Amino acid sequence: MENQTVTPSELKTEEFVVNIGPQHPATHGVLRVEVTLDGETVKDVLPHLGYIHRGIEKMTESLGYKQSIFLTSRMDYLSAHINNHLCALAIEKAAQIEVPARAKAIRIIMDELQRLTSHELWWGSCAMDIGAVTPFFLGFRDRERILELFEQNTGNRLTMSYIIPGGVMNDVRPDFVPKLKALLKSIKDYRKEYDQLITGNYIFQHRTQGIGVLSKEQAISLGCTGPTARASGLSCDIRKLYPYDGYEKLDFKEVIDYGCDNWARYVVRMEEMSQSIHIIEQLLDNLPTGDYRTKLKGVLKLPAGEYYQRVESARGELGVYIVSDGGAKPYRMKFRTPCYSNLGAVKPISVGMKIADLMANMATIDLVIPDMDR
Amino acid sequence: MKALYNYLKEVAFAFVSLANGLLLTLKYFVTPWKSIITENYPDNRDHPSVADEFAGEVILIHDENNEHKCTACTLCQMACPNNSIQIISKQVETEDGKKKKVLDQWVYHLEMCTFCKQCIDACPQDAIKMINSYELSCFDRSTLTKVLNRPGSKLKEKAKVTPKVQE
Repeated sequence: MENQTVTPSELKTEEFVVNIGPQHPATHGVLRVEVTLDGETVKDVLPHLGYIHRGIEKMTESLGYKQSIFLTSRMDYLSAHINNHLCALAIEKAAQIEVPARAKAIRIIMDELQRLTSHELWWGSCAMDIGAVTPFFLGFRDRERILELFEQNTGNRLTMSYIIPGGVMNDVRPDFVPKLKALLKSIKDYRKEYDQLITGNYIFQHRTQGIGVLSKEQAISLGCTGPTARASGLSCDIRKLYPYDGYEKLDFKEVIDYGCDNWARYVVRMEEMSQSIHIIEQLLDNLPTGDYRTKLKGVLKLPAGEYYQRVESARGELGVYIVSDGGAKPYRMKFRTPCYSNLGAVKPISVGMKIADLMANMATIDLVIPDMDR
Repeated sequence: MKALYNYLKEVAFAFVSLANGLLLTLKYFVTPWKSIITENYPDNRDHPSVADEFAGEVILIHDENNEHKCTACTLCQMACPNNSIQIISKQVETEDGKKKKVLDQWVYHLEMCTFCKQCIDACPQDAIKMINSYELSCFDRSTLTKVLNRPGSKLKEKAKVTPKVQE
């Protein structure tokens, strides 16, 4: 019997497939990512969808136009107001409904507050994916203050169904403006804490800078929108390009960064929070008085035709395509959700990186799973 | 030598940045009341901090004479996106021999309700409203199906005289 000695170069190696999810804290929902690994290096990323598919597009075909609004807040639950706004705008465009000035102002304030809550939660969960736990609690603490304001004025905290065709569901409380002013002041203080805790952190900077590079060409070809694409130098803010409900009258900056990496996406989102505060401050001082909604008929009918409307959600371009046959129910309602397109960016920016960077990449793209599957 | 200096500078910067973050944690460690937003929930049930506008549950408004304003027009039933409202009406004969539709049971399926307030919006008589109740958990799902009109309640007289929407 002869002894066989195996040298390391003769050892057979093979790629290893790891399933991340569907129940994994870093995927923020039921997304299953099939990752092919060579050691610790990512060779391939294959996302699997369908775990939270509820058939929202099909359900709208059996509901009226007014009723389908409540379903849209279940798509991207972190920007429910913006989803409602999208649906309301599309229906108003089709039925040619005039919206009072006060309703428009309230809608924009709510949209920007929602963007703040979404980015605050993203800030906490992004830092947690990268390994810091404290920001998660701070992010939720600050989001809670805004949710309290939502609860007082809209009645619900997460899925509001507040923005409806013709205006908003109910008027804001008389103490809305002073409370919001105090809140914005404290949010500005919180922003300083965010910078102190995470932005200046050496470990965080090294985990994000130069990692997950998404070039501008890739962003365009994958259809990325929102902060993900703006961090690659692509100007795609719908609020600037196709303004709606009076965004054209407001002074704000489209935040663009040319870094293309995770750090750039972080910086863009942090700066967007400041811009949202700036937008709300302009509206608060002269909030128009008058009606908060146009009364509509009980059953809304759209003229036959095709309609498309887009808004800037907290994650990118959100669009709805309505086909109406003149009846009380939509013939087809197709949603173009930002997360579905942005998910495509996970593979090109993660291949060749380490598996720990995959988590950071998925965190900074800010995926919301029910928004992809709907 | 320059490389070593830069390396040491980077290490020093790293420690300063970590200490800077820890300073915030220390600040909240010694002054915890600055960041407390949680509530001692079961202890503050007498004075909960739930907003009056919070949409917790639909109720049918009854006045002191046990009268409500619901004319059983079923507009709320049609406005509801997920069939959580069932209006059961009955035909009664009035004194002058006319047949009239009155409310028999206002059935509310709380387990299916999404609190979208479409029914409140649709009601022409303002007969229903949302209240801010929040302790809705129970052991049996069937207890969440409620009949909202109280036994023996009847339609308010004034609402009969001026019907606004029904044609």
